[in-house]
Amino acid sequence: MGFVRKYIFSTDHKVIGIQYIVTAIIMAFAGGGLAGLIRLQLSNPDGAIVSPETYLSLVTMHGTIMVFFVVSLGLVSGLGNFLIPLHVGARDMAYPLLNMLSYWTVVPACILMLLSFLAEGGAAAAGWTMYPPLSAVADSVPGSGMGTTLWLLSMALFIVSFTMGSLNFVATILNMRAPGLSMMRLPIVLWTYFISSILGLLSFPALTAAAIMLLFDRHLGTSFFLPAGMVFADHVLPNQGGTPLLFQHLFWFLGHPEVYVLVLPAIGVAFDVVATFTRRPPLGYRTTVYSLLLIAFLSMIVWAHHMFVTGMDPRVGKYFSVATVLITAPFGVLGVNLLLSLWKARMRFTVPMMFALGLISAIGAGGLGGLYLGTQTSDVYFHETYFVVGHFHLMIGTVTLLGTFAALYYWFPKMFGRHMSTALGKIHFWVTYPGMVAIFIMMHYQGLGGMLRRSYDPSVYDYNTPNLVLRLPITVIAFVVLAAQLVFVWNFFKSSIWGEKAPANPWDSASIEWQAASPPPHGNWGEAIPAVHRWPYDYRLPGASEEYLPQTTERA
Amino acid sequence: MSKMAILISCLCLLSGCGGNNENPPSGTTPSETNGTSAQPGDTTEGGKAPGGTWDPARGTATLKGTVRFDGKPPRRRPVQMGAEPACAEHHKTPPVSETVIVNADGTLRNVFVVIKKGLQGWKFPVPSEPVVLDQVGCTYVPHVFGVRTGQTVNIRNSDGVEHNVHLFSKRNGRLNFAQTKGASRDHVFKRQEVMVQLKCDIHGWMKSWAGVVKHPFFAVTADGGTFELKGLPPGDYEVEAWHEKYGSQTGKVTVGDNETKTVDFTFSKKKRS
Amino acid sequence: MSETGAPQAGKHRAGKTPLLLAIAFVALAILVAFGFVVRRWQPLLASDHGAGVDEIISYLLLTTGVVFLVGHFVLGWCVWRFREGNGEANQTTFERPSKRVEWAWAAMPLILFVGVSEFGVVILGAPVWEKIYGDAPKDALHIEVVGKQFEWIVRYPGKDSKFGKVAPEYVNDADNPIGLDEDDADAQDDIVLRGEMHVPQGRPVVVSLRSHDVLHSFAITHFRVKQDLIPGFTSRAQFRTIRSGKFEIACAELCGLGHYKMRGFIHVEPEAQFKTWLDQQVGYFQ
Repeated sequence: MGFVRKYIFSTDHKVIGIQYIVTAIIMAFAGGGLAGLIRLQLSNPDGAIVSPETYLSLVTMHGTIMVFFVVSLGLVSGLGNFLIPLHVGARDMAYPLLNMLSYWTVVPACILMLLSFLAEGGAAAAGWTMYPPLSAVADSVPGSGMGTTLWLLSMALFIVSFTMGSLNFVATILNMRAPGLSMMRLPIVLWTYFISSILGLLSFPALTAAAIMLLFDRHLGTSFFLPAGMVFADHVLPNQGGTPLLFQHLFWFLGHPEVYVLVLPAIGVAFDVVATFTRRPPLGYRTTVYSLLLIAFLSMIVWAHHMFVTGMDPRVGKYFSVATVLITAPFGVLGVNLLLSLWKARMRFTVPMMFALGLISAIGAGGLGGLYLGTQTSDVYFHETYFVVGHFHLMIGTVTLLGTFAALYYWFPKMFGRHMSTALGKIHFWVTYPGMVAIFIMMHYQGLGGMLRRSYDPSVYDYNTPNLVLRLPITVIAFVVLAAQLVFVWNFFKSSIWGEKAPANPWDSASIEWQAASPPPHGNWGEAIPAVHRWPYDYRLPGASEEYLPQTTERA
Repeated sequence: MSKMAILISCLCLLSGCGGNNENPPSGTTPSETNGTSAQPGDTTEGGKAPGGTWDPARGTATLKGTVRFDGKPPRRRPVQMGAEPACAEHHKTPPVSETVIVNADGTLRNVFVVIKKGLQGWKFPVPSEPVVLDQVGCTYVPHVFGVRTGQTVNIRNSDGVEHNVHLFSKRNGRLNFAQTKGASRDHVFKRQEVMVQLKCDIHGWMKSWAGVVKHPFFAVTADGGTFELKGLPPGDYEVEAWHEKYGSQTGKVTVGDNETKTVDFTFSKKKRS
Repeated sequence: MSETGAPQAGKHRAGKTPLLLAIAFVALAILVAFGFVVRRWQPLLASDHGAGVDEIISYLLLTTGVVFLVGHFVLGWCVWRFREGNGEANQTTFERPSKRVEWAWAAMPLILFVGVSEFGVVILGAPVWEKIYGDAPKDALHIEVVGKQFEWIVRYPGKDSKFGKVAPEYVNDADNPIGLDEDDADAQDDIVLRGEMHVPQGRPVVVSLRSHDVLHSFAITHFRVKQDLIPGFTSRAQFRTIRSGKFEIACAELCGLGHYKMRGFIHVEPEAQFKTWLDQQVGYFQ
């Protein structure tokens, strides 16, 4: 097998997984750089770092890149690809060729997304939610020219790729499990990938439809999202008959489940990392799985809580609020199960464990903030404020990134047969966890003070004056946190080549993937696929001969 | 539609129904004849093609005239700048609308007069000094101006507040940018267009009109409502007078060397059809 | 070797990490909670229904605050207590809790969170929601506000209490920003204001909201009012002010490059003063 087939156009799920992760790291440089520019502009009261129209492009592209091209690619596609076949004891994905195609579809999507910065008028500027008419009418904002077209094409490609990936995940988990590995013996992390893939398959088509309709509105003169009587620069647009609300419904029909597509795998990672390093099974395997299923179901029927103040029928708003805050219940179960999995532990404080613990804390902070936004009446106050920004950055920023880091530090020895540096990992943790929580909690304070998001210069409003004291601290911490990520990137690449050699099962984990060689060869398992005899959490079993029993250990 | 309007008004002129104080024909609303209606110099019909570069300094033919307003001048509405206190403070007297300004002697200000036809074939040197469009006290200075294709327009913000400049044009592309306090930006129009609308969306009363012309024969009426186009090559001309509210009118005239001809225009309030 | 950490069996010396982590979790939780209550972040309250909104926010701060703090104390304590090598806290075997115990641990947060959250939505939230979106009071003052890039255009019906006809074709930002029909009798006395509105204190106000171009959101933070403007659709905001003063109107929905500058003012005046002001206004075509 030549170099190209082995490392570039590979059908090996491990190579593809690492390709995804590296792509996500590259895109994270773009997304993180944009975040830095945004913070610079916001904490520079006199004089502009960027112009207002560029600022809008920055926030739009930062959001899009981080949500879809960093967290989705790295955590869901990247780690999912690497872990799922190993975790189910398969030799590869159900459809290896589709898997390769899926990765090579997302590469042009990344390129188009980055290219849009070069478009006339700049990159898309209507916010990552891409609400029309702003995104549909080129005259409404400079970024809504070619930049938005590229954005839409890139997203369409991304969704195609993500759909192929999700399909592969679901098929692999359902059909490729090793003998003896029943669904209820799957590690929780695999349940989260399974559920989030199904969620993705169900919800992403809505955004595809919306993106195509928006392209039609922009270039073919249709009026899906454009009503009659819109006036730009004193000229009436010819469109009539559409409504911008349709787009919002389509967007959030994807957008809300998408949050869980990202968050659930991070929580799953935490469950498994915590189990290994507490040397005990997580509390409530079954209740956790049922909670995950309940969350997935509820997440599909609450999308309009992003639209409480659009003027929808108040009874509809009430329903969406009642349903939305119900999610806190299964989420609470997850939180309690995760937290009390530490009870009577023999806790080993490795770097992945530290990140998993930080994740538990961040879920608490982020999850509880959701109640303020899901409750319709308080959302009237918090809608479009920095409270929202702080909240979703805690959930789909901090929780997902802490989960990704925990997973990368944890499975790195399996990927490369080497360890990442613990010292650098600890520095990374001690900056990232408290730093991110501090940044986004301070944004909650600003939101409580009524400061509105996507504002180029919040000091325009007098009532914001008390909120402005937090601008500089947030920016300073943000830059420290961004710098710490460079430490991680250095650690990642350096250790993949020069890291200390790791044995096949360095963490003494009972889970099946550690039974493969490190790194696993093509086909993962050598001669025969392993037979599974137990679930992945048999630690400190009373009466057992060993401290832990791998899944392949036959039952007595 | 707008081309139809020009055609009809031309026919009307030919049939001798009034010559130079013609209102736009019924059936067109002001918004349709405003702005980008006419494209002088686009067509080559009717003009001889003398060729070569013409230096206006050596020309001796002159066209002049006065633009009058017929009827009771409309009230100039106060401009409400309350939401931008910095703008309001700039004005010693309460600012009023600049859309229709009728001088005390009944002449009309801010009418853009331009040679519409008759200069085909000639080339004219483009001035290197820029036209300045300033934003002062949340108004555009000047309110109406002419600029040559290829000539630089220097757009400045002398205010202590942010503005945006949003250009509406059918032929010169799209432009919309924010200007922070003290900023300056150069823009060059590539194609002839009478008129290009510039406005500030943050301060909706702020509007300016640019007549982008290939040749140097244009003028904007001021006090006294007069205009003078000097240094023309001799020939047959169609002259257009454009006002942002009352639309366009045209007049035909033939001028020879050492001659001065007069073309007057009269605008009046129209009934909405 | 010392730098990279391949854990070797039986050599899990935890060092200072558990202590530091425990302190970090507890300290961070206390700091976060402290930050929410150390000062009143919300700006001065100036509307009737806003008191209800603030009450719900306080309720949520209290309940979620307790959950947040307790959760982090447990987290910190577990990290410290169950670190490997902590003597008898680490038993060599682990007895799995029974199914009943696991279900009990699931039932507890279920009941707690359903109770806490739905109490906020249904019991506390619904009456306030009714005030925001319920039927308009009969004595309400009706005002129209049109959002356009990047200004608020305010219209009062004038003496005849009737809003005149408007049409997008008549919109001219400098001269006729709301697109009033000059030939309509009802439109003659309509009062059109740019960026500023006046309301009498204590009287219910109903604001009809339209947009000429993109999405906007009519937000008055002091009133706890926020209502999107959707082109092609008339939405409505209603409130009753409880104090006089000049407050800022903000746009809360991204509407373009001047979004951050889309500021207006609302003047809340005693009824008599408002009447005087209203009488001084001139109809748009008068």
